[in-house]
Amino acid sequence: MSADSIDIQPILNGDRLALSRVLTQIEKDSTAGRDALNHLFPHTGKAQLIGVTGAPGTGKSSLVNQIAYHYRHPVDDSQPQRIAIVAVDPTSPFTGGAVLGDRIRMRDLSGDPDVFIRSMASRGSLGGLARATAGIVQAYDAAGYDIILIETVGAGQAEVDIARLAHTTLVVEAPGLGDDIQAIKAGILEIADILVVNKADRPGVENTERALRNMLQLAHPAKRVFRHHGQQMEVDGADEQEYEALWIAPIQRTIATDGEGLTELLEHISQHRQHLENTGELARRERARLAAQLDELIESQLVSDWRASLKNGVYEHALDELEARHLSPYEAVQELVKEQKK
Amino acid sequence: MAEEKIRVLVAKPGLDGHDRGAKVIARALRDAGMEVIYTGLRQTPEMVAEAALQEDVNVVGLSILSGAHMALVPRILELMQANGQEDVKVFIGGIIPDEDVPKLQDAGVTGIYGPGASTQLIIDDIRAAMSAAAN
Repeated sequence: MSADSIDIQPILNGDRLALSRVLTQIEKDSTAGRDALNHLFPHTGKAQLIGVTGAPGTGKSSLVNQIAYHYRHPVDDSQPQRIAIVAVDPTSPFTGGAVLGDRIRMRDLSGDPDVFIRSMASRGSLGGLARATAGIVQAYDAAGYDIILIETVGAGQAEVDIARLAHTTLVVEAPGLGDDIQAIKAGILEIADILVVNKADRPGVENTERALRNMLQLAHPAKRVFRHHGQQMEVDGADEQEYEALWIAPIQRTIATDGEGLTELLEHISQHRQHLENTGELARRERARLAAQLDELIESQLVSDWRASLKNGVYEHALDELEARHLSPYEAVQELVKEQKK
Repeated sequence: MAEEKIRVLVAKPGLDGHDRGAKVIARALRDAGMEVIYTGLRQTPEMVAEAALQEDVNVVGLSILSGAHMALVPRILELMQANGQEDVKVFIGGIIPDEDVPKLQDAGVTGIYGPGASTQLIIDDIRAAMSAAAN
């Protein structure tokens, strides 16, 4: 096997070692990895992508474990699905090292040849995923996995890349993490297609669920009738047709350690999938996803080409000028871009 | 562009529940810039080999304090070989009697460390094994 070409046939045939090795090359962003992705890409687009995000310690890994387990052991007599999981944990900004601990919660899945789990370090990426996560997902997709579960790093408020990658995004909350103002802030709750209140056996679960429910009602145009200062008041909502096209994120309580609420959660996931297909949203999301990926690649390509084309010392000179306050950052950019055109 | 990260699986096969050593090692390797996949307690040899396969690690570190190493380690090596991962380096930490050390080395174990071994020594040995394998 030459250094920069990988035979993709074993991957398509389900060879797990071949898949595992290509994932490493994709993660490294090596020439071989890119070449493999080029060849794998025509085989992608079949899998259902489910994202799982939420704050650290809300139980994302345990939930992913249970979701995968339920797809492998369906309660009705439907066909068990083949599952691939990619779980991202943070890289240390200081040493570049990482401890990836998501597998600890996924031991129910071991020994099942139709489940593949890969842990990934974020390697400096800030959006909750690693730069290569999309590539890993494509390789899984080409390898014929029916459902791909993507677990983000423990996310705070702005790690929303997952919504651009997954078809259905689950945001996991747990009791006692924040009040109703947290719930109306922009960011992570907005991207939820399904809200999961995990650890539902903990005290405070009603408060968490109420805050989330209020947040959803503020956002969605539903017809409401209420009494205010003794007067009957009515607020018009969306008409029926508009209402059809709306997806209002359901809130599902779960206890991931014993599987409670999981059957219902899977039901919500399949309803959301139906909704995406019926409204044409699936095709729109797919296109938006590809556009986002294309934009990102164009940007990085243009930047690296441009840097390579700069004459020695020009960049450093501009930086000196900045430091001496002879140029503003905007002026420096103008100078540098002009320099390159000469 | 392509960066070489050392990926290490840290696993505790067998039934003893003392995982402090494994955690110390995981933390030390992290601080040395490696990516550590930590699998937790009570792993069967099959689970360890499967995780090593899926994670495509360069190194497997096994922590065994139960005395069952002569049963567990050869089995893990055998499974990894069957998976096509004979190039993965295996390191063991724990309570390993002197007379077992050469047997384990013969079976294909790269490094064996008892109580009091410094984490820096282990880090250096892993790096040395990796650069030897690369050349």
